[in-house]
Amino acid sequence: MTRRFAALAALLLATPASAETIAIVDARLMTMTGMGEVEQGTIVIRDGRIVALGADVAVPSDARVIDGRGGVVTPGFIQADSTLGAVEVSQVPASADRATHSAAISAGFDISLGLNPDSILLPVSRLAGITHAVTTPLYDDRRGRALQFAGQAAVIDLAQRPQMVTRARAAMVLEMGEGGAERAGGARGSAIVQLRATLADVRHFAAHRAAYDRGEGRPQPLSRVDLEALVPVAQGRMPLIVKVDRASDIREVIALAREEKLRIIIDGAEEGWRVADAIAAANVPVILDPLADLPRSFSELGATMENAARLHTAGVTIVIKTGSGVAHRARELRYGAGNAVAWGLPHDAAVAAITVNPARVFGVADRIGTLEAGRTADLVLWNGDPLEPLSQPQALFVEGNEKPLTARPLELRDRYMPSLP
Amino acid sequence: MRHAALVLLAATTLAGCAASGRLQPASASAADAAPAIDRDPYPGTYHAPAADRIAVVGATVLTATGEEIANGTVLMEGGKVAAVGASLAVPDGYRTVDARGKWVTPGVIDAHSHLGAWAQPESVDAHNDVNEMTDPNTAQVWVEHSVWPQDPGFDAAREAGVTTMMILPGSGNLFGGRSVTLKNVPSVTMQGMKFPGAPYGLKIACGENPKRVYGGKGRSPATRMGNVAGYRKAWIDAQDYARRRDKWEAAGRTGEAPKRDLQLETLAGVLKGEILVQNHCYRADEMANMIDISREFGFKIRTFHHANEAYKIAPLLAKEDICVATWASWWGYKMEVYDAIEENAAIVHAAGGCAIIHSDDPIVIQRLNQEAAAALSAAWRAGIRISKADAIRWFTANPAKALGIADRVGTLEPGKNADVVLWSHDPFSIYARAEKVWIDGGIVFDRADARYRRHSDFLLGQPGEIR
Repeated sequence: MTRRFAALAALLLATPASAETIAIVDARLMTMTGMGEVEQGTIVIRDGRIVALGADVAVPSDARVIDGRGGVVTPGFIQADSTLGAVEVSQVPASADRATHSAAISAGFDISLGLNPDSILLPVSRLAGITHAVTTPLYDDRRGRALQFAGQAAVIDLAQRPQMVTRARAAMVLEMGEGGAERAGGARGSAIVQLRATLADVRHFAAHRAAYDRGEGRPQPLSRVDLEALVPVAQGRMPLIVKVDRASDIREVIALAREEKLRIIIDGAEEGWRVADAIAAANVPVILDPLADLPRSFSELGATMENAARLHTAGVTIVIKTGSGVAHRARELRYGAGNAVAWGLPHDAAVAAITVNPARVFGVADRIGTLEAGRTADLVLWNGDPLEPLSQPQALFVEGNEKPLTARPLELRDRYMPSLP
Repeated sequence: MRHAALVLLAATTLAGCAASGRLQPASASAADAAPAIDRDPYPGTYHAPAADRIAVVGATVLTATGEEIANGTVLMEGGKVAAVGASLAVPDGYRTVDARGKWVTPGVIDAHSHLGAWAQPESVDAHNDVNEMTDPNTAQVWVEHSVWPQDPGFDAAREAGVTTMMILPGSGNLFGGRSVTLKNVPSVTMQGMKFPGAPYGLKIACGENPKRVYGGKGRSPATRMGNVAGYRKAWIDAQDYARRRDKWEAAGRTGEAPKRDLQLETLAGVLKGEILVQNHCYRADEMANMIDISREFGFKIRTFHHANEAYKIAPLLAKEDICVATWASWWGYKMEVYDAIEENAAIVHAAGGCAIIHSDDPIVIQRLNQEAAAALSAAWRAGIRISKADAIRWFTANPAKALGIADRVGTLEPGKNADVVLWSHDPFSIYARAEKVWIDGGIVFDRADARYRRHSDFLLGQPGEIR
């Protein structure tokens, strides 16, 4: 009991910023809720929780006031399709836990285990207003495209605290299209047949676990951990992130998901705009990189800067990301969103695509993604339009914890700046 | 050794370097016996687009000479900038472009691109012609022979205001080969894009890449000290080659001519100051080593590329007059770039150096202005006061200097080539898009006119939109 109290006290001491009342005043509030934008508002945070926000909110007498100076408050940004927390230096394999080449652990790979809360990438990303990431397994293809699934993604926070997983096993990752074809022997038709067969195997396994454990029943090509990991996918309880770009691949995947009753999220979708109505009708969310405008493969010939705007116009829920498996360059997330605006996406839709939309798509909208009274404060105060490179964050809270706007690169800067003449 | 090389350089300045076009053979009989080296065997065939007299009126103009001109006018005539100023009267005979509320800058110049040599679709192995990783020294290769002018990346870059690019071979080798400077005009041949008179560059790579590539093959270099030994051996060979060629030239080309060696010819061109050193080098300590090597053998390094630790030695680089071509946002993908900071360009600039924002990437080349904005924002965050009028140099005037073409492009000054971009917004805004782009006074992109959209043959008849 004493030990538990000590742990609780330590926790409280570790987060002193949360045990006080803070008021952010004179800022435009982008709430990402039905409240919309408040032109000039106040947010009151008590013990890490938003207790009031709006245009006519009184500042409590005991509050520490943060002057917004006409800036903007947004929910903390969420970088989807990242490897934050799972890599330190990309080309130092020992510092990376993003991927596996173990044939026995494909779908079973759980990236939420073994993450590093001390990663120096986390504060760097916070300097770009990012408070959470969807840390998503990559494929380790150094020995060829062998594995069918990359593994399971997790939603994490960037507070640099031991309990950094907001939601483990938030989605399963599968590459189809060109890459999927190679994984299945070289052809798209093979990959689709393989996926159907896998789902049938998983359902059979789920219905006959006891027989499987007795070594009876039909032979299973997948390992037990992979089968177990895929049960919630086959039952439509865990979303399946499907990486595809070509319009025809998107159609195939939507048709397959309908038949197999899967919940899917399309990732990539560079030709998504060509089948936007079909995506919208299927109510499938799309994760995309707005800057992907080149025909980098024969699956991306229709890539365009207008993909985000066109999908949004068609009614598709879009989540904006930076590249694929991004870590060090996660801080460019807001620039991608800004470019989507330059190419036709409404500004509020772009901010939604890096806040409330990923929160909903990954099942954490009850905790993050919006500014709402009663929620923990997960927000950023900016000195201007958050999508503009010339704007910078002035204050940042990760789930109730105010974090300093420092990072190792700024320490390097400060060490060498005095050498300037 | 280093002094000997400098004397050599002074004594053997040849008429008609690459910058002045083709050399004429000395005479038929001499040519029969021992042909003079044609220093421009793949001559450019670029012709400037048809140029109107154009007046761009009412914009905020960043001249890249340090000026921000409100309500500015830029006059273009005969392919050159005729005048730049506030509220200039537009002479008769000029077609006026209403640019009120918009911004005008010089054409964007990328000091580090692989467009054409690693063309889209880039995932197709057949399109990867950028890295001749068969020997640590491939100074003999010329990247222009890998450039595919139909790379859709050229179109995307043009639509983003990029008018000139230096295409470099990759960084897998100690000596990667010759670079080429191209104008970003639609062309069926590489020759049709060659920037007239631009000097060649030599790509040299420091650090992890060469030692990883060759160490992995059980060959030298496997270490950084192996890298340096490799450079030094090559420069010793180049000095010897240059001495033998020069001796033969000085003797009136009598006797047996030393056999030409393409690899040593390029290295000797560096020793003679005709070819500019473009050095991929991340770490501060390695840059300092490379500067010492350049002194040992008597050549100049024009630019350190990537150079993410330039901020640690900014005063040295400024004193040596070596440009730094870097990014704001790239870091951490390997050990030698672990210490990269967003303020790198700003600190080089503040130390009085030549800072450049480059791309090394077909996506980043489309938004060098935004990458520069991220660098400028970091400068402001650090309290380093740099104006937009100065920061615009990072992707215009300064890369022009690095490429050896600053007398023709990079700023909006009377007499300069009329390479001009009209932006929808402040180019340091994320919302700015290039609306019109001129090269040598001829329009090469107009967002309002579909005829100027993507030219690449590759995209014809493909699914997707008409582009």
